[in-house]
Amino acid sequence: MSTLVDLVWLIPAFPLAGVLILMALGRRLGEPRAGWLATAMMGGSFLATLLVFIGLVGHDGDERETVLTLFEWVPAGKLAVDIGFLADPLSITMALFVTGVGALIHLYSIGYMHGDEGFSRFFIYLNLFAFSMLMLVLGDNLLLTFLGWEGVGACSYLLISFWFTDEANASAGKKAFVTNRVGDWGFLVAMFLAFLTFGSLQYGEIFYDVESHGMAASTASAIVVLLLVGAAGKSAQFPLHIWLPDAMAGPTPVSALIHAATMVTAGVYLLTRMSPIIAEAHGWVPDLIMWVGLGTALMAATIAVAQNDIKKVLAYSTVSQLGFMFVAVGTGAYVAAIFHMVTHAFFKALLFLGAGSVIHGMDGDQDIRRYGGLARLLPITSMTFVAGWLAIAGVPPFSGFWSKDEILAYAYGENRLLWVLLLATAILTAFYMTRLVLMTFFGPPRWTDQEVGTEADEEAESASESVPEQALPYRHPHESPWTMTAPLVVLAGLAIVAGVFNLPFTSDVHFLGNWLKPSLFGNAGHLPFGGGTQWVLAIVAIVGSLGGVSAGAAVYIRRRIDPARIEHPFLARAWRIDELVTNFMGGPGRRAFERTTQFDEQVVDGAVNATGTLIRRAGTKLRVSQSGLVRSYALGIALGAVALLVWFITRAGL
Amino acid sequence: MVLPVIIFLPLVGAAAIALIAPSRSTALKPVAVATSAATGALTLWLMAAFDKHDGDFQFTQLTEWVGSAGISWHVGVDGISLFLVVLTGLLFPIAIVACDPPHDAKAYYIWMLVLETGCLGVFLALDLVLFFLFFEVVLIPMYFLIGSWGHENRKYAATKFFLFTMLGSALMLVGMLVLALLTARETGNAVTFNLLELANSAGELPTITARWIFLSFALAFAVKVPMFPVHTWLPDAHTEAPTAGSVILAGVLLKLGTYGLVRFGLYLFPEASRYFAPLLFTLGVIGILYGAVVATMQRDLKRLVAYSSVAHLGFIVLGIFSINTEGIEGGLLQMVNHGLSTGALFLLVGFIYERRHTRQISEMIGLQKAAPVLAAVFTVVMLSSVGLPGLNGFVGEFLILAGAFVAHRWWAVVAAAGVILAALYLLWAYQRVFHGTPDDANRSMPDLNWQEKLVMAPLVGLIVFLGVYPKPVIERMEPAVNALIEHMEEVEGFESPTVDDRPEGSFEELRTLKADYGDEGEGH
Repeated sequence: MSTLVDLVWLIPAFPLAGVLILMALGRRLGEPRAGWLATAMMGGSFLATLLVFIGLVGHDGDERETVLTLFEWVPAGKLAVDIGFLADPLSITMALFVTGVGALIHLYSIGYMHGDEGFSRFFIYLNLFAFSMLMLVLGDNLLLTFLGWEGVGACSYLLISFWFTDEANASAGKKAFVTNRVGDWGFLVAMFLAFLTFGSLQYGEIFYDVESHGMAASTASAIVVLLLVGAAGKSAQFPLHIWLPDAMAGPTPVSALIHAATMVTAGVYLLTRMSPIIAEAHGWVPDLIMWVGLGTALMAATIAVAQNDIKKVLAYSTVSQLGFMFVAVGTGAYVAAIFHMVTHAFFKALLFLGAGSVIHGMDGDQDIRRYGGLARLLPITSMTFVAGWLAIAGVPPFSGFWSKDEILAYAYGENRLLWVLLLATAILTAFYMTRLVLMTFFGPPRWTDQEVGTEADEEAESASESVPEQALPYRHPHESPWTMTAPLVVLAGLAIVAGVFNLPFTSDVHFLGNWLKPSLFGNAGHLPFGGGTQWVLAIVAIVGSLGGVSAGAAVYIRRRIDPARIEHPFLARAWRIDELVTNFMGGPGRRAFERTTQFDEQVVDGAVNATGTLIRRAGTKLRVSQSGLVRSYALGIALGAVALLVWFITRAGL
Repeated sequence: MVLPVIIFLPLVGAAAIALIAPSRSTALKPVAVATSAATGALTLWLMAAFDKHDGDFQFTQLTEWVGSAGISWHVGVDGISLFLVVLTGLLFPIAIVACDPPHDAKAYYIWMLVLETGCLGVFLALDLVLFFLFFEVVLIPMYFLIGSWGHENRKYAATKFFLFTMLGSALMLVGMLVLALLTARETGNAVTFNLLELANSAGELPTITARWIFLSFALAFAVKVPMFPVHTWLPDAHTEAPTAGSVILAGVLLKLGTYGLVRFGLYLFPEASRYFAPLLFTLGVIGILYGAVVATMQRDLKRLVAYSSVAHLGFIVLGIFSINTEGIEGGLLQMVNHGLSTGALFLLVGFIYERRHTRQISEMIGLQKAAPVLAAVFTVVMLSSVGLPGLNGFVGEFLILAGAFVAHRWWAVVAAAGVILAALYLLWAYQRVFHGTPDDANRSMPDLNWQEKLVMAPLVGLIVFLGVYPKPVIERMEPAVNALIEHMEEVEGFESPTVDDRPEGSFEELRTLKADYGDEGEGH
């Protein structure tokens, strides 16, 4: 056995050490050293992951799960949960891109957070997030995964409300946490059911139990549906997606790291990890996952078309892309799900960081209606952003094409309607991303134009992103420092070439599929058709992508159609789902809470006080008490007790 | 011999303080701190000397007291009471160091130390009359602490607190007497109030009689816990009490009720406990949701924390009446966790009150800007109270819910929704108090000073430690909890709801089992 794999504990240990050091010395280190320390820790973590990866590759193909137990965590009764790590192809794949992308985003943040008074606090949270995410991924049992799951949620809360003096940021943070908690309820109950069924929460024991003794389909279905509730919360799937767009209130590196590349993919990871249970569930369960994913993907893509905040476009795009991954999980295409997760991590982190660079250059303005023509002024940002755009639009040979194509192929194999709708979503994706790129980097500059966004569009704006009506200041858009552009370049490179991880041509170049095989226990689905159909499907997908791009160009360059006709207020308001929830919470929900409180004050406590008053009146009449109510009562009770005692003793004849 | 020393050392300190001349009032606090700290150190020694493999009572001491009535001085500690004793030993010095009384320091410290003796006595007593005496002793100092050093509405709150608990304990006293006398009649032995002997003859009483007696105990403890609907003394008492009083009230006094339910409810009345379990855990679940909902709407920060206790104690009751190892252990653990987290929350709210002279949430804003350290500590404690894994609250809550799920599935499913509400009321409160831009009144609020940091350090340290490594606590509880369950099964002849034994397995065994899956895999 290779000893390299035993280094797995180092992977989360680095960011944890970063947290502890920065908590002790953060303020003394100050800017930029605190940032460099945190980045170095992520670099160390990435190197450790690489070593473990090399170690795992050295193992035989079917001996690639290694469990390293540190200590007993919760040993109570029949429950025995350890702090232990599971190093297997799935967890290490996750850890590789979490630490890799994480390190790049840490580096980027040094530039982005320059001059912020919470500089070292930011890096404490960021390192703490990385630690939690790695616990989530590497935990060898459901409870430890849940520890990471909640930990990333807490960090997300802290980072969304990082600029806490603004009320909107604070609300967004709280909303994210509470919405996620709704999902966590599902995760919790799923764990209880798993404990009741298997007497264990450890993946190895659960899977062994399932394999050796089987399990009731109804139980498996219940567990998976409950986990799906949890996954929908974390991965922002309908109807729990409402927190993610608001989460954009956090600093942009946070959006890139947590709300695009890593944390939000945790739901997909969890479902992939639990593939043996999904395999035991009723057939409608994977279908449910699939349709939830499709519905979310399609809905979010239509919303993204009508958003004017650069980060909101990307946020809805993330929700939509996560929907693709859920579709993949539902069709049994676990490899495609993870593949898309990896490529998405590259290109979406790239797009967010690029957006951050633009926002940085535009002095904090996020409204794409006031961008335009920035390609000339922000050359590196725009070049890399274009790479990300082509990747997410699904243009070959950029990475997104390969992963999305694989999901589409499985969708076609599952259900033709599913495929059509998913293809439509892919076309929409190409369209809205083209819109975003054209409005930001090309066309005439609009950042000195005072008329934009003050008229008809205003109605569609949500309260948190209102466009200032006064004259805009004169701007000097500028390129960002190297700490910010270097990660962009690296991520752009990855976004371009990451397709080679899993090429569809022969099973030999299906690298990721072969690598992940041991983690999926033969539960991965198969395409029911041959290479010919696949070629046709790929060509259709390419045509669709190019069609989406051309349509975007037609509308936003050649103005063939008035954009206002496409950017419908209903879409801009995100199908009004958020309003519905807010209105319910603020209306009937709040009233129910108030009624309960009134009930407590007036009925429950009222009864107590009424009794008290009654007794006091009687007491006053009897003039028992001159020297204070309590003493007389105490005396009365003592006397009563003595009397009872005497009575009992005499009756018992002692 | 160590237990009497632990129990009465604070009382000796109180006597010493009584003898300090008024001219030397500066010596009052050091004596109080030293006494409580020494007591705390002794409880820590007790924990170290405790045999973790033994489920029986340890360090027992049994002397006849009122022989003719079967009353004895009988004390002892087991895994169920151990950590409540340690918690008491820890919280008292912290509360005494953290808060100085504005007036009448001498009386204040005397009452605090008398209170500590009472609390320790309750947890260590193994004789029903002795238990009752300590249980009542606790009332008097708390009454005076609230009534003399409390806030505006203190008289009302103190009276309400006193009457509520007194009413419950009067019933309990009658129950105790009836239990002892009837047991003596059934068994033909002499009357005894010895807990162990009574427990041994549990099951001798007619079922209906035992159920009635159980109810008299349960009501007394339900008031103390407090359980819905007899909880309304709690928000008033917590809110009006001085900070140290709130800390002890939440941290220690509420546990008298839940401890009593385990020690006297389950242990003495196995059949009745099981019979009434559905009623009790239903009230527990109602408490979880109801307490959280009412907490959400509070305008007074201290009152909000008080209502959160109703919710947390609801979890503990749910765990206890799952009557299985996971549930009861979770409940016991959560008693300690709640003491640490809610004690810490009351301290923090007290620190804010000292600075801002208000508890109204609407009058505070943006405090994180003014006091970042206070805000950071508050965040950690809040997340612990919310039940974030990695901090102490989660382990207890999870065990309770897991145990409850095994016993009564749907109740646990509903109770688990309490974790959503807990996040709602605490995060919303945090947002209103700490987030936002501070106005003039809040901008210059000073941050924690070194003394306050010192007071919070052990609490925060334990909050993290027990979240990461609760094993030392759990493994000391387990033998006693298992002994209790075995006792109940023996007397009552029922089977504690538990998880079936499953074959152990691992990835290696799975591989051998499924050696051929590599061939299937995924084709493209």
